[in-house]
Amino acid sequence: MSNFLSPIFASGFFESEAVHIALAVGALVAIVSGVVGVFTVVRGQSFAGEAFGDLGTTGGAGAYLAGVGTLWGFVIGNLVAAGAMEAIGVQRARGRDLATGIVLGAGIGLAALFLYLYTSEHSTTGATVTILFGSVFAISSATIPLILLLSAVVLAITLTLYRPLLLSSVSAEMASARGIPVRLVGALHLVALALAAALAAITIGTILSTALLVGPAASALRLTRRPLTALLTAAGIGIGAMWLGIVLAYDSYYWPPHGTVWPVSFFVVTLVFVTYLLSGIPEARRRRGTDRNPSATSAAQPVTPS
Amino acid sequence: MVNAWTVASMVAVVAGVVGFFTVLRGSAFAAHAIPNGSFAGAAGASLIGVGTLFGLGVFSLGGALTIGLLGRRGRHDVATALALVMMLALGALFLSFSVEYASEVYSLLFGEVLGISPNDLAPTAILGTLCILAVAVLYRPLMLSSVLPEVGEARGISSFRMEMLFLAVLALATTMTVPVVGTLLIFSLMIGAPAAARSFTDRPLLAMGLSVAVALLIVWIAIAASYETNYPVGFFVGTASAVSYTIGRLWAAVRSRRRAQPSLT
Amino acid sequence: MSADGASVSSDVLAVQGVSVRLSGRTILDRVSFEIAPGEFTGLIGSNGAGKTTLFRVILGLQAASAGRVLVEGRKHGRRHRLIGYVPQKFLLDPDVPLRARDLVGLGIDAHRLGVPVPSRTRRALVEQMLHAVDADRFADARVGKLSGGEQQRILIAHALIAKPRLLLLDEPLANLDLGNAQEVVTLLARVAREQQVAVLISAHEINPLLPVMDRIVYLAAGRAVSGTTEEVVRADVLSELYGRHVDVLDVHGRVLIVAGAGEDTDLTGHEGAFPGAGIPG
Repeated sequence: MSNFLSPIFASGFFESEAVHIALAVGALVAIVSGVVGVFTVVRGQSFAGEAFGDLGTTGGAGAYLAGVGTLWGFVIGNLVAAGAMEAIGVQRARGRDLATGIVLGAGIGLAALFLYLYTSEHSTTGATVTILFGSVFAISSATIPLILLLSAVVLAITLTLYRPLLLSSVSAEMASARGIPVRLVGALHLVALALAAALAAITIGTILSTALLVGPAASALRLTRRPLTALLTAAGIGIGAMWLGIVLAYDSYYWPPHGTVWPVSFFVVTLVFVTYLLSGIPEARRRRGTDRNPSATSAAQPVTPS
Repeated sequence: MVNAWTVASMVAVVAGVVGFFTVLRGSAFAAHAIPNGSFAGAAGASLIGVGTLFGLGVFSLGGALTIGLLGRRGRHDVATALALVMMLALGALFLSFSVEYASEVYSLLFGEVLGISPNDLAPTAILGTLCILAVAVLYRPLMLSSVLPEVGEARGISSFRMEMLFLAVLALATTMTVPVVGTLLIFSLMIGAPAAARSFTDRPLLAMGLSVAVALLIVWIAIAASYETNYPVGFFVGTASAVSYTIGRLWAAVRSRRRAQPSLT
Repeated sequence: MSADGASVSSDVLAVQGVSVRLSGRTILDRVSFEIAPGEFTGLIGSNGAGKTTLFRVILGLQAASAGRVLVEGRKHGRRHRLIGYVPQKFLLDPDVPLRARDLVGLGIDAHRLGVPVPSRTRRALVEQMLHAVDADRFADARVGKLSGGEQQRILIAHALIAKPRLLLLDEPLANLDLGNAQEVVTLLARVAREQQVAVLISAHEINPLLPVMDRIVYLAAGRAVSGTTEEVVRADVLSELYGRHVDVLDVHGRVLIVAGAGEDTDLTGHEGAFPGAGIPG
């Protein structure tokens, strides 16, 4: 058995504790991200990932400086971002684009400062990389309880609100008409997204976390219209990308250049991206099929204004 | 040190001029996206030993072209978002191969003004001059096309062509400004200064001039402060840009309240 | 002038048999009409009749599936200077740093490369045009802060300052009440006369334009009839155009176009479907 597997899994893979943790945490985070991601994409809030990337960086860098666990930093940074987005209003108007960008820029500047202070104090240079690009192999077992808690919270929010969230994501008006507190539901979803982004950040980094939040979900939505199937597919794609990414990263120790490990986040992002591109194939094929047999279109009422 | 001041000033001038049109056209997305793409280019360039500016330039222009060709459709598309993150991840990969992984990441993202070598002075100046010239030449059609695209089309000014040309200029501007201010902060500088300037004057050319002035002020303050405290330049740029933007908004609010009163007569 | 469809080369605009078909739908069907220099023409049609498409074809922004458009006797080319255009939607961002006079000035030479050199002639031209549209009062105000009506006047000035032969306005009266609509129409007619420019204005309300129109082009479901108001706004002509019975009523000099007796005698229900039914309720 081991002879068969050894070309795929470099030596020591199954024995390493860091790998165990990475696989377990990675899978959990992938599930959480996939589930929240589906609603995020349906609500057209993919851009929110940008904000979490930037302000999460500030939070993470602050956490380093304060000597607190990075995950806390991400959580706080993201919750602040979520609060700000809720206050500004999640609709994008031109003016708000600018305001958002400026705030994010100030946040990033602050992150630069925190990182500088930390690095000069501790004369280690890894903080920037760890925060921005993640370090799934370096997750300490002490963080696991918090990870479990946060994941539980996110899943609880999303699955409890499943139906109202679904309806209000499709049509806010219809949801209000049924007495659903659309604003509250939206805010809760934003909180869930903030927490999920924090979790994604500890595995693949703040500025890359959007990929895990949005990619598998977007691919899943292209492959199926049914919400539950979409959730499961998104989670599945996420787990697949995460695990394969971990395996490849581990193996890359033996790839050129020898002795360094390629970043896990690179593999995960690439796999997510490729999956997204591939997920477009069935639709494209379907469209090409209908073009060959165009159905007669009735020229009845002109619908649009002239 | 003189090097740093000169280069930074050139960066400020270009950011002020190109930023003016970026804000006018609402091209916040492009201004964010192009630097992301160029991150990979710079990382790749340092890996294969080519000048950073070259890598930045190639990837910036490539990114600009792609954004332009995808058109409005590609703006907040998941595909574009993923493609951009892909670029960042690629950059991370390239940098991971180099020995100075961490510090290179830091300086590419947050800027590094005090380490500008004299070799970079000439190419930066050339790129900067090209940007300014391009804007000067395109000024009128670009103004009309940005403010009233339909009227521009009716006059034979193709919105698509203007968009592509503008994106190319934005790419050039990104290329020469990123080494100083960093990919994550160039957006702030390009937005904060013009957004502030437009609150103080109604005249376009004056607004552009003011935008350059504010950008220069921001950059000079940032360099001086960084030199004094040793804190990173990017921190001061981000903060100063936010402050300018806020001052601009406050002034605009005061102005409109002042204007509202006389009309009661 | 329009009987046999032959264009007199002095016509500012000649639309000849223009048809536009998109995704299987016929949007315009053999539309033909001419506009003589200085004529004020109304393009009347409800939403969906094809007015904006026709404008786009005239401006060269949309290709016609059949037929052609001649501007001063010639096909495409230098049309851009000859036609001034005021689009329907133009509300400007209040933050844009342009004064009203800057936007009007841009009308002189927006297509020229480079930065405008301030000159006395330029300034005088801008002043003159601002005065012609009654905009002196807010010439130095930021364009985005002006009301919709004021912005519209600035856009008219912007279009006219390039000395076009034809001014095209896309539904300029769409969101105005009858009083304001009348003001804009009077202004347009006056300015057009002063500047010796032909005007083609699209609308779905016929009444504000009645006092000033020299000719009318009536568009319904892609087909057009053109002529003077007396020739076109008649029950028999419109019934044929619409393919159903239509009545034309005269109420104190205003026109009311109503769907025929029998099935649909409901006035308000067809407001908009039959342009000219300008009296609500």
